Amino acid sequence: MPQPTKGARLGGSPAHEKLILANLATSLFEHGRIKTTEAKARRLRPLAEKLITKAKRGDLAARRQVLTVVRDKGVVHTLFAEIGPKFADRPGGYTRITKIEPRKGDNAPMAIIELVQEPLVGKVTTRKAEPVAEVAEPAAEVVEAEAPEAAPEVAPEVTEDVAEEAAEVK
Amino acid sequence: MAVPKRKKSRSNTRHRRSQWKTAVPTLVACPQCREPKLPHIACSACGTYDRRQVIAPSA
Repeated sequence: MPQPTKGARLGGSPAHEKLILANLATSLFEHGRIKTTEAKARRLRPLAEKLITKAKRGDLAARRQVLTVVRDKGVVHTLFAEIGPKFADRPGGYTRITKIEPRKGDNAPMAIIELVQEPLVGKVTTRKAEPVAEVAEPAAEVVEAEAPEAAPEVAPEVTEDVAEEAAEVK
Repeated sequence: MAVPKRKKSRSNTRHRRSQWKTAVPTLVACPQCREPKLPHIACSACGTYDRRQVIAPSA
């Protein structure tokens, strides 16, 4: 029995849903971050991440598969030339959804979905890695990764500029 | 077309409307600016979530 797609159904028909998601993916790769409803963001995330995985593969077959969803050749070019190589060492999780205040007018829950810009911190554990060989190594790196986050919590009254700098460093 | 046979009394109307109440939203203090904000949602005052600038601050 086929497994139903997770998340909300969008639009009025399957074709409309496909078009909505394709347009959202195109906008996301064009602008890097987009504001949309939470339901649409949650549906867009798996699609966008699969497209980025194809962009990381980078061959002509992958490019043609992406072109069936994202019809804009310029956007596909940026996806394969810039976005794909940027995520070369990131094992998935290329996008981030942050909920924002509900929309004025219809109170719809809104969210911002963006491509993760921050460099990868901490230990990357792949599924095929043997956990026996590296036990002592990840613990030390996790402490290092969490150190910059712990620093702002000590002083809650940091100004906004300082916080922004901290975010950039992180 | 079906229409009401009797006038709805003021008492009935008011009893019905007495159940029509608003609920107080759950709010938490923003870790960045201490303003009350909705939980798990970016602060609308300073525009941060998890100390990361997400949207432009309102002020």
